[in-house]
Amino acid sequence: MARKSHVQTTINGETVEFLCESRQSLLEVLRDELHLTGAKEGCNNGNCGACSVILDGRLVNSCLVLGVETEGKSVETIEGVAEPDKLHPIQDAFLENAALQCGICTPGFIMSTKALLDQNPNPTEHEIRYWLAGNLCRCTGYDKIVRAVQDAAESM
Amino acid sequence: MTENKEYKVVGTRPIRHDGVDKVTGRALYGADFQIAGLLHGRVLRSPHAHARILSIDTSRAEALPGVKGVVTAADLPTAEDRIADLGEGAVNLKYLCDNIFASDKALYKGHAVAAVAATNPHIAEEACTLIDVEYEVLPPVLEVRQAMEPDAPLLHENIKTTSMGETAEEPSNVASHIQHKLGDPEKGFAEADIVIERDFVTGTVHQGYIEPHNATAHFNQDGQLTIWCSTQGAFTVREQVAEILQHPISKIKVVPMEIGGGFGGKISVYIKPVAALLAKKTGKPVKVLMSRTDVFEGTGPTPASYIRVKMGATKAGKITAAEAYLAFEAGAYPGSPVGPGAMCIFAPYNIENVIIDGYDVVVNKPKTAPYRAPGAPNAAFGSETVLDEIAEELGIDPLEIRLINAAKEGDRRADGPIHPRIGFIETVEAAKSHPHYTAPNGKKHHGRGIASGYWFNIGLESSVTINVNADGTINLIEGSTDIGGTRSSIAMQAAEVLDIPAESVNPSVVDTNSVGYTAVTGGSRTTYATGYAAYEAAQDVKRKMIERAAKLWEVDESNVQFADGVFSSINGKEEQISFRDLCGRLGETGGPVVGSGTVNPGGAGGAYATHIVDVVVDEETGKVEVLRYTAVQDAGKAIHPSYVEGQIQGGAVQGIGWALNEEYIYNDEGEMTNASFLDYRMPTCLDLPMIDAVIVEVPNPGHPYGVRGVGEVPIVPPMAAIANAIYDAIGIRMTELPMSPNRLLKAMGKI
Repeated sequence: MARKSHVQTTINGETVEFLCESRQSLLEVLRDELHLTGAKEGCNNGNCGACSVILDGRLVNSCLVLGVETEGKSVETIEGVAEPDKLHPIQDAFLENAALQCGICTPGFIMSTKALLDQNPNPTEHEIRYWLAGNLCRCTGYDKIVRAVQDAAESM
Repeated sequence: MTENKEYKVVGTRPIRHDGVDKVTGRALYGADFQIAGLLHGRVLRSPHAHARILSIDTSRAEALPGVKGVVTAADLPTAEDRIADLGEGAVNLKYLCDNIFASDKALYKGHAVAAVAATNPHIAEEACTLIDVEYEVLPPVLEVRQAMEPDAPLLHENIKTTSMGETAEEPSNVASHIQHKLGDPEKGFAEADIVIERDFVTGTVHQGYIEPHNATAHFNQDGQLTIWCSTQGAFTVREQVAEILQHPISKIKVVPMEIGGGFGGKISVYIKPVAALLAKKTGKPVKVLMSRTDVFEGTGPTPASYIRVKMGATKAGKITAAEAYLAFEAGAYPGSPVGPGAMCIFAPYNIENVIIDGYDVVVNKPKTAPYRAPGAPNAAFGSETVLDEIAEELGIDPLEIRLINAAKEGDRRADGPIHPRIGFIETVEAAKSHPHYTAPNGKKHHGRGIASGYWFNIGLESSVTINVNADGTINLIEGSTDIGGTRSSIAMQAAEVLDIPAESVNPSVVDTNSVGYTAVTGGSRTTYATGYAAYEAAQDVKRKMIERAAKLWEVDESNVQFADGVFSSINGKEEQISFRDLCGRLGETGGPVVGSGTVNPGGAGGAYATHIVDVVVDEETGKVEVLRYTAVQDAGKAIHPSYVEGQIQGGAVQGIGWALNEEYIYNDEGEMTNASFLDYRMPTCLDLPMIDAVIVEVPNPGHPYGVRGVGEVPIVPPMAAIANAIYDAIGIRMTELPMSPNRLLKAMGKI
């Protein structure tokens, strides 16, 4: 069995330590080692965006980052988006706009939206569509997702 | 029986009940399931599209440290060549088993051959490479017309064409031929002023759900098997696994986890019996997950097809006769959706003379599975394009020609049934008056197209139980996995009966031991049939609550009425108690109240859609861009309009993908060369405009609130609508899907 490395990182503001094999992706570490299963595996090669997380302020596909690469870094996942007593405005906007059907892509879309609005609080419809083109949704046709992002931008 | 009244809950847009779980990442999908001592399984798949399996040697894999068990077809009970009814229709058991693990022959690239359970997924994957399989490679048959040739290589020695009750002498790749005939087509064509006949070819496309298939199984020493998985039908999984493993259904519990899309593709089982076999062999729980490539290569897409459509009409635009030839690729085993395609192809129109021939043909591709209105989109691509051409030749507006010929209540469909109250005309009228249709459209290389579509919808069995809580809320127990917000659309129907807010219903989707039999979430049936069961269960609660009020007031039940959320006595005593207050007094009036409802309704009521699309064609690149899209659909009654719109928008966009980009691209060896989301290019949000969903409501008499299924029909019109728009833009009729840039460039003579 492959030897494991010790990694110390920050996840959703908390210091976290874990052991992982060097071949394990961040997605695998989040899901299988840390039981943070909000990030989903849709393709495991960076095409669908269902595993989107924010790494040191930058949106990444966690399936394309190795667990060991997060040493000393900061990771934001879907589990850290809401406040203890209330949802984030992006989450509220997704619910109010019925912007999810099966919901498997939703954590990825919310993380992508957060990364977008963190750097561009007032995106145009085209900017939203361009930014979210890395996240696949097969249920909604994206209409209600784009509207949810527009509403979230307005309310934040 | 449809109630004509204003509703308090039905038709509103509450936040979905499972919403917070799904926006916070807390909702647990199949792959998220964890249990102590879990092993991980991986499946070895055939690299060849057509090969005889000479031997399988698993010894090197078994010797790898960390490997706990290896299984092959030899671990399956010997399957009989017999037909079993497994919820989604009749299935030949031998084919079902052979599709789990190839026994004698591998019939497509990606066909499962063996599986390994190991302490982690990487070891399992490594072990798969150590399984030695000796193949005798055979020539593959990759296209339906090629497969129908008399000298084509045969996939199965024992398949002989059945046609109208007769079975042929010689083996063939054509499993069956069906025919529907109405009136006198020859006479009808003779009466026509114009006859148009065209050929169409459509590619293999995948449902493209974002969540790969998954299953975790545990096999107790007493034979109790538990399977945690995402599926469109937990009871269907139970039935299929019971048949495949020859294990009693009473010893199988299927726990449906949240499901990440299905569209018909998560009804057939693939790795669920594999996880069960590995669990049995190792004595440990085993989780098997598919990779995205496994999903493309090893699960059922919807078929490629060859279609010929001929239609004749008078100068006034009345269709006098229609003829269709539909040849569908079933994949490796018989069972393409050519039947539904034949049912739907001319169903929007009242045509006196019709002949439809359908052929179910095996080829060396994955066994096809349902995909949203299976068969109907292929068929409508042909019929709706030919009708557009007739309208154009006759100088009649394309919506007008649909109105001239529109089917209505009492008309007969070519395959037999008489239409009940349907809303096709209403969708065409709504499209005609929509600002999109009347907006200017004249720029160079811009075009507008329209097309209509039909899907019959299904009923089938559903069960719902309601437990009444002391605080005036109810817990609703159901068996329909929620793919698109059906917890809410079902809960709302119970809430309407009991006059409580949608938020006062707590819906739960439970395992097969905890609710009555419920058929798949498919066939656009869930809000219709499980909603119907919820309505019945709520009526049962209402009856029992009336009994309790009567007991409390010591009056006869006939003297209690329920209106506006309040029970009141009539005839004498003036007593009143709200639903909520009575819920708090159940203990003193006889104990808890539990209501139940079970249905198998026959009146699903067909659904119609009419779509309008504007495109621009880039003359240099051949790329077609969708500029504006309007989808009109009869929903009967939209319980939760936002999620009805969502179904319409999502279906339309899957249709846009099918029309413009999506197809399995095969090389000559029968290998799919684009088995990833990068190369199998589904629409992203950058490829699309907003999708304007217009709901028309023509209540379905077969449901208490008038509901019609809405999930499937929106994928039927887009391909033809876009083809018609491309014609409007550049004057070329596209007859092959997808209408990708290279096909456009070829059609325009640029390459």
